[in-house]
Amino acid sequence: MQAHDIILAQHPFFAGVKPQTWSLITPCASFLHVDAGKYLFHEGEEALYFYILSEGKVLLEAFDAQLGAVPIETIAAGDVLGWSWLFPPYRWHFSAKSLAPVQAVTLDASCLREACERDHDFGYVLVRQVAQVLMQRLQATRLQLLDIYRTPERGKR
Amino acid sequence: MGHLLQIDDVIIIEREQLQQLLVVLQEQGYTVVGPTVRDQAIVYDTVTTLTDLPVGYTDEQDGGIYRLKRRTDGALFGYAVGPQSWKHYLFPPRIRLWQARREQDGFQIEPERHEMQKFAFLGVRACELHAIAIQDRVFLRSHYVDPHYQSRRRNLFLIAVNCGHAGGTCFCVSMQTGPKVTGDFDLALTEILTPERHFFVVQIGSEEGASMLQDIPYKPASDEELQQAEAVVARTAQQMGRQMETNEIKETLYRNLEHPRWQEVASRCLTCGNCTMVCPTCFCSAVEDVTDLTGMTAERWRRWDSCFTMDFSHLTGGSVRASASSRYRQWMTHKLASWIDQFGTSGCVGCGRCITWCPVGIDITEEMRAIRADDATNAPQNH
Amino acid sequence: MTMTSIAPELAQDPMLPRRYRIQRVQREISDTFTWILQPVEGNTVSPFACGQFNMLYVFGVGEIPISLSGDPGKPELLVHTIRAAGAVSRAMQTLKAGTVIGVRGPFGVPWPVEAAQGKDVVIVAGGIGLAPLRSVMYTLLAQRARYGRVVLLYGARTPQDILYHKELERWRARFDLDVAITVDRASGAWFGNVGVVTRLIPHASFDPSNAIAMLCGPEIMMRFTAIELEKRGMAAEHIFLSMERNMHCAIGFCGHCQYSPYFVCRDGPVFSYDRIRALLVKREI
Repeated sequence: MQAHDIILAQHPFFAGVKPQTWSLITPCASFLHVDAGKYLFHEGEEALYFYILSEGKVLLEAFDAQLGAVPIETIAAGDVLGWSWLFPPYRWHFSAKSLAPVQAVTLDASCLREACERDHDFGYVLVRQVAQVLMQRLQATRLQLLDIYRTPERGKR
Repeated sequence: MGHLLQIDDVIIIEREQLQQLLVVLQEQGYTVVGPTVRDQAIVYDTVTTLTDLPVGYTDEQDGGIYRLKRRTDGALFGYAVGPQSWKHYLFPPRIRLWQARREQDGFQIEPERHEMQKFAFLGVRACELHAIAIQDRVFLRSHYVDPHYQSRRRNLFLIAVNCGHAGGTCFCVSMQTGPKVTGDFDLALTEILTPERHFFVVQIGSEEGASMLQDIPYKPASDEELQQAEAVVARTAQQMGRQMETNEIKETLYRNLEHPRWQEVASRCLTCGNCTMVCPTCFCSAVEDVTDLTGMTAERWRRWDSCFTMDFSHLTGGSVRASASSRYRQWMTHKLASWIDQFGTSGCVGCGRCITWCPVGIDITEEMRAIRADDATNAPQNH
Repeated sequence: MTMTSIAPELAQDPMLPRRYRIQRVQREISDTFTWILQPVEGNTVSPFACGQFNMLYVFGVGEIPISLSGDPGKPELLVHTIRAAGAVSRAMQTLKAGTVIGVRGPFGVPWPVEAAQGKDVVIVAGGIGLAPLRSVMYTLLAQRARYGRVVLLYGARTPQDILYHKELERWRARFDLDVAITVDRASGAWFGNVGVVTRLIPHASFDPSNAIAMLCGPEIMMRFTAIELEKRGMAAEHIFLSMERNMHCAIGFCGHCQYSPYFVCRDGPVFSYDRIRALLVKREI
């Protein structure tokens, strides 16, 4: 087994994944190291990789002319980053900047998509795992939107 | 006369002699409070002679309906309960808890000096006796003792009365609180009125009760008189105006908190809170801190409150129970279900006041029936 | 026929406040401030446990429940962090040091700090919910060796709304504490975590099979946090929430704080998750 297999095998995203699956994932895998303060990708760029974070912290960011750089969410080690690679137009919607030095395994997006087409069982498992991440992020985002810590105004409901 | 009266003795007192009991009580420093007629209803007020009672009156009650009517006889207790309950005296609608005075450096608090008035309650019905016992559990035998309730409760002389006339909305039989008087009382009366005689079968319930009657003319009750008393109670038990199934009532309500009936009753309920005011066990209160225009004195008052008010469950930003359906649900499930978890008994004594005095005639027994009929356990588990 | 006297019970009337003086007022974030109270001469000291609350009275204005947020090992001074949100708390905001106020309490079921000995302790606070949990932190730190890993997860609205900022920085610097702070939203100058506090749970270092969790914050935050902790493998009996309801008397008589069968003032405010799990998802209960 190669080094990135070990990282992937221990990563929460791949918990419960059958050993046969590795033969489809491994060819797509590479290592990535990013220093703190550097961008992993920018909004609008092609979404070439699915990032499996094993160390460090990444800030998801948006940019507005008036507001400047606006933080959206921080992603930590043990999380995964990015799903824009799964659907056309395969372009990033936000930018990602490293806040603490990042170690990650990157999975080549077109390699993953081809593997899904060739093996639908694998495709189902991958998309299901991504859907779970999407669900968790959406729930968390909704909680963020509720602004629950604001001082409520009397009687305003 | 002559034999020393004891607890559980049953004696006969003629109607004319009963007045003596009031005299003895007053001589002993008791203020006698009993049913009187006022504003076309039976309300509790000071009673000095038997003629202050609603002699020859009866009542007709139904959902949202209360009428006093004349009887053809001179019964002293020929009616059921009116809008008031004894909580008016034990847990008054408004009392001051303390006063405070601003001083050079802060303030000084003066606790309230309460007159330790001795009350004798004349005419406590079986359901009302249970209601007093229920409030005793709330105010005296919970985590804290309420000193204001305690001081009023301590010197109470209780004369209970077995009902000879069931109210139109009564269901004490269902709630197992009557019509026969059980519990802690000093004396229990059963009024027997025939064309030939008018007398009272009196059960001694305490030493104080025995000593009050010691010098009043009486004779021991005969077997026939005892049977007449039993017959009165048995007849009343057959006349119940309402019925409530109590089997597993707590579990049933707890699993039906999302029942559509709550929305349905909310379309009728005005959230006026009448039910909580007439109910003999409702105990919710509001604490009010007030000051005068100079700001030099402050007072803390306690007054009755109702879970039906919009502000009852207020938190910054709004009330937890904003909808009428949630507030009706709170009242009914508290009364019939969570009360059992809190205090070990039901909060309802089956007096029927909430049914009679609801302006739109909402009937707690009917609401319970509707929920049981469509119980969540019967519904297919599809959620 | 009537006698005038004070009934003996009234001398211990639990509705009578004791007088305390504001020794110091500390400004915290935005509309939040902390009172340090000392008893007026002649009053006795009331020990308290973490998670309990006092009813604080402002002369002629009113009385509200406020959690204790000081060190239970030093009960000579009562510490309360207050957010000016309603009529009484806004009046409190105007009071200066030296003012005498009334205190009743302490009331309520406290956090299970003793039961947590020998276990990992996970503290999850949201917004002003950090105030009652600060007492727990003081207690844990005073006897650090008795506990396993100690994790503090704190969520605030924005970086400007982080309560007890300096204390949090000191705690974060310690090697025997894991402190993670996140904000719901931030400007570009913030390099810390962004996202709701529940997002910190999957990465927190603790043993779910041997831990006690204490949660305080908006009800929705505690609800979602409990779910995340259960996903991590914690038992519902080991997760504790601090509930809040309207209170007038704090002694189980006025009925305002009822939460289905529970009186939050005396059966709570601290509840284990297994006890209230079914109620938390019921609306308007």
